Amino acid sequence: MAVLLLADVNGGQLATDSVAKTLSAVKSLGEVHVLVAGAGAEAAAAEAAKLDGVSKVLLAGATDYSHGMAEATAALIVGLAPGYAHVAAASTAAAKNVLPRVAALLDVMMITDITAVVDADTFERPIYAGNAIQTVKSSDKIKVFTVRTATFGAVAATGAAAVETISGETAAGLSTWVEDKVAASDRPELTSAKIVVSGGRGVGSEADFALIEKLADKLGAAVGASRAAVDSGFAPNDWQVGQTGKVVAPELYVAVGISGAIQHLAGMKDSKIIVAINKDEEAPIFQVADFGLVADLFTAVPELAEKL
Amino acid sequence: MKVLVPVKRVIDYNVKVRVKADGSGVDLANVKMSMNPFDEIAVEEAIRLKEKGAATEIVVVSVGVKQAQETLRTALAMGADRAILVVAAEDVHTDIEPLAVAKIIAKVAAEEQPGLIITGKQAIDNDMNATGQMVAALLGWAQASFASAVEIAGDAAKVTREVDGGLQTIEVKLPAVITADLRLNEPRYASLPNIMKAKKKELAEKTAADYGVDVSPRLTVVKTAEPAGRAAGIKVGSVDELIGKLKDAGVI
Repeated sequence: MAVLLLADVNGGQLATDSVAKTLSAVKSLGEVHVLVAGAGAEAAAAEAAKLDGVSKVLLAGATDYSHGMAEATAALIVGLAPGYAHVAAASTAAAKNVLPRVAALLDVMMITDITAVVDADTFERPIYAGNAIQTVKSSDKIKVFTVRTATFGAVAATGAAAVETISGETAAGLSTWVEDKVAASDRPELTSAKIVVSGGRGVGSEADFALIEKLADKLGAAVGASRAAVDSGFAPNDWQVGQTGKVVAPELYVAVGISGAIQHLAGMKDSKIIVAINKDEEAPIFQVADFGLVADLFTAVPELAEKL
Repeated sequence: MKVLVPVKRVIDYNVKVRVKADGSGVDLANVKMSMNPFDEIAVEEAIRLKEKGAATEIVVVSVGVKQAQETLRTALAMGADRAILVVAAEDVHTDIEPLAVAKIIAKVAAEEQPGLIITGKQAIDNDMNATGQMVAALLGWAQASFASAVEIAGDAAKVTREVDGGLQTIEVKLPAVITADLRLNEPRYASLPNIMKAKKKELAEKTAADYGVDVSPRLTVVKTAEPAGRAAGIKVGSVDELIGKLKDAGVI
């Protein structure tokens, strides 16, 4: 039995990195068919077909599936699911919206945010904001799960799978898309960036977040934020790193003015090198940092940006 | 319009989580428990809808152990009108899976006929992020997950959702299920007079069997372990030293 992998498509573009990492997470489970859904997704389907480990791409190009609308996309997947033992996707907001709906319609449990595939029925996943790792074995006929991609490498793009156009069920009239407000940015995407610079409550204001952004731009890095910084309005919600935000594992993670609450650590502790800059030497972030600098961020960060 | 708000009793978010030595789970005996913070936001949103005149009655429901009635009393003290407790487990360590919870909530909804269901986007214990979407699926309703703004207009709700690239706005036909994200609102504290009043509000007690739902788990917990630790590194004395270390490590 094969794996059906729901690809994330935004504005017609494949979220290549997340799909490539999910492919490496599920490769032990059998052949993989990637589902690309939404109008104008032809280029995304062609891109997915190149990824290693993909044996077929299914392109469902109806408008009903655009913008990741949950009701129609779930109906489409439920129609395809009987041919598969596993239905998977990267743990993105889009997949977390759609796949639990799919699972309930199939009368199976959802398995969210897996970090390891032990065997065809058994998975590891963090619970309690990453304070514990649970190994669970599913007794369901179809396993529906999302993958935390941070700990997986991306597969290469040397393949040439066939793209098959399909159609399926929709869910007319339940919901309508109104608009997406996506901030355009030249910076790398947070979950796939090699370097991430994040600011916390210690940054103090939205205006002072410019310091973080300046350092990030100097390093060619993505910008992240702690939940405290987002809640205080210093940074937009899509910058949040942590258990309920994005989970990242870059080569270098620079935490500035972040105390290191467990829910933040859950989102970045798999980073290769962690740097912490904080004036409070007792801050828990120093317990996970490879290099800690006890300093006032308002002098240390500009100095760092200048000397790099 | 009646609003149904499912809430969960979970470990208090300030409590340090301890994994049991035998690997069977997390120790919840004699630990402070509270309402799941995301559900608190859902209760608050329902109260605000009532204050704005968009909702007429707020019914809170919890599926779990008998002690979850404390959680329901908290919701009543915040401003919910009545509560339904569905006892589905005896041991506080038994976590009823989202699929079973969703089946019970769907049955409650069939009886109560709410115009809207609002719940938290995920519980901070099992972190599944699934119950709301599952309830919507089982009822055949529209869903708006991860909401940061909700506006009711006639027989539809306009919901702004927190998504990976920023925000998405959708319109869902009512009845629908909305799941609350962190920034939807800041929940109020219950005042002492309201806590006293809440003791007199109706709290009906049911069981999973009353709704004919089998709550046996689909996932068997093989083991629960502490996460791999990460050793603390070194402190550097200056920005120059930091840059030197990062160059040595080959990351810049």
